[in-house]
Amino acid sequence: MFKKRLKEGVITNNPILVQQLGMCATMAITTSLFNGIGMGLSVLIILTCCNVAVSAIRKIIPGEIRLAIFVVVIAGFVTIVDLLLQAFIPALSESLGVFIPLIVVNCIIIGRAEAYCQKNGVFDSFIDGITQGLGYTVVLVVMCLIRELLGSGRFGGGLIDLARGITLDGTGAGIQIFSPDYGASILTLPVGGFLTLGFLFAAMQYALKKAAEKKEKPVEEDEDETEEEEALAK
Amino acid sequence: MSEQLTSILTISLGAILINNFIFSQFLGCCPFLGCSSKVETASGMGLAVVFVMGLASAICYVVNMLLVRLGLEFLQTLAFILVIAALVQFVEMFLKKMVPSLYSALGIYLPLITTNCAVLGVVLLNVQNDYNFIESVVYGITGGLGFMLAIVLFASVRERIDFSDYPECFEGFPICLITAGLLALAFMGFNGMKIF
Repeated sequence: MFKKRLKEGVITNNPILVQQLGMCATMAITTSLFNGIGMGLSVLIILTCCNVAVSAIRKIIPGEIRLAIFVVVIAGFVTIVDLLLQAFIPALSESLGVFIPLIVVNCIIIGRAEAYCQKNGVFDSFIDGITQGLGYTVVLVVMCLIRELLGSGRFGGGLIDLARGITLDGTGAGIQIFSPDYGASILTLPVGGFLTLGFLFAAMQYALKKAAEKKEKPVEEDEDETEEEEALAK
Repeated sequence: MSEQLTSILTISLGAILINNFIFSQFLGCCPFLGCSSKVETASGMGLAVVFVMGLASAICYVVNMLLVRLGLEFLQTLAFILVIAALVQFVEMFLKKMVPSLYSALGIYLPLITTNCAVLGVVLLNVQNDYNFIESVVYGITGGLGFMLAIVLFASVRERIDFSDYPECFEGFPICLITAGLLALAFMGFNGMKIF
């Protein structure tokens, strides 16, 4: 049951690539693995908390002002996470900047509250928060990996340091796979965000269509994605 | 006085061209992609955003001053989003009563502005950059103008996409994102511009 829901959240009903929600942050912050994982986990935590809270109070909310109430609940949790990050992982808070408070207006959270938690119980909503949050995180991580590798030839910038292992202060240099001179540095600029997400969307549509034709498991979309990106970089 | 004028000019040019809200800061991408299939709706949306962003910057500046005085800075996000939601509701009622033609032109886009991250973004950036009242309002209005420029340009390109040939799996969103990427590439040209 959980496995099926997980597949739904990550692949067949992915919040970004299928439901087309919350793209601003996706394109803006995916410049290093550190940012991607940090943002993904923050959204996962906020989404799960909001889902549980909204579904717990769903029967006492008057229908007309439900959106206003959702926004207040979300803003409360976002403020908590924002302050926690400022206190314990200041480097992450600094590099994500304005995009942490902007999770309040991220359509994923209000969209799930409206479409799912209003009609389902607390436990179901909790699972929904986790699976949808993971789906979001996976897309962010894939985008970070593509943009970092093809843009500057690195892996795990900010997060991984060769000498110290995994670092949480955002100073890790990452693993240099090839010289940045050969990277398509345009992918690390804002333009790269639009292009990478565009190609990722196309790959997903292609994969889902193929899967619907064959009624089999979707093909590995990441691989053809990388090839397309390489072709583009040339 | 001339210093003030210079800073206003710098802020305006920066917000419209160099640090365009959509193409270089990725704020407000959802309405940018969602409401841009026709030039008319795009310009309506753009106008509504300019209006709300200008007003929100002004009101939130005062609200923020109040919060700072009371020592409640941690409530910023919550207070700002409530101000914006109330403001959008108020603008909607006002337009419906006073300017019904504009109201019907904007239609469903007005309530959608509440969840436009460009509006909350501009307010948060005003606080982050320590702008004074006039600078905040100028940043809000010119940021909205930058948004409008971007969405109108994008909509006019998108009207032509319908007639062109592209791979089947790029239909819908992907081709729009690629187009937006190419537009962003064009806007990157402004990066080299030095003002004063």
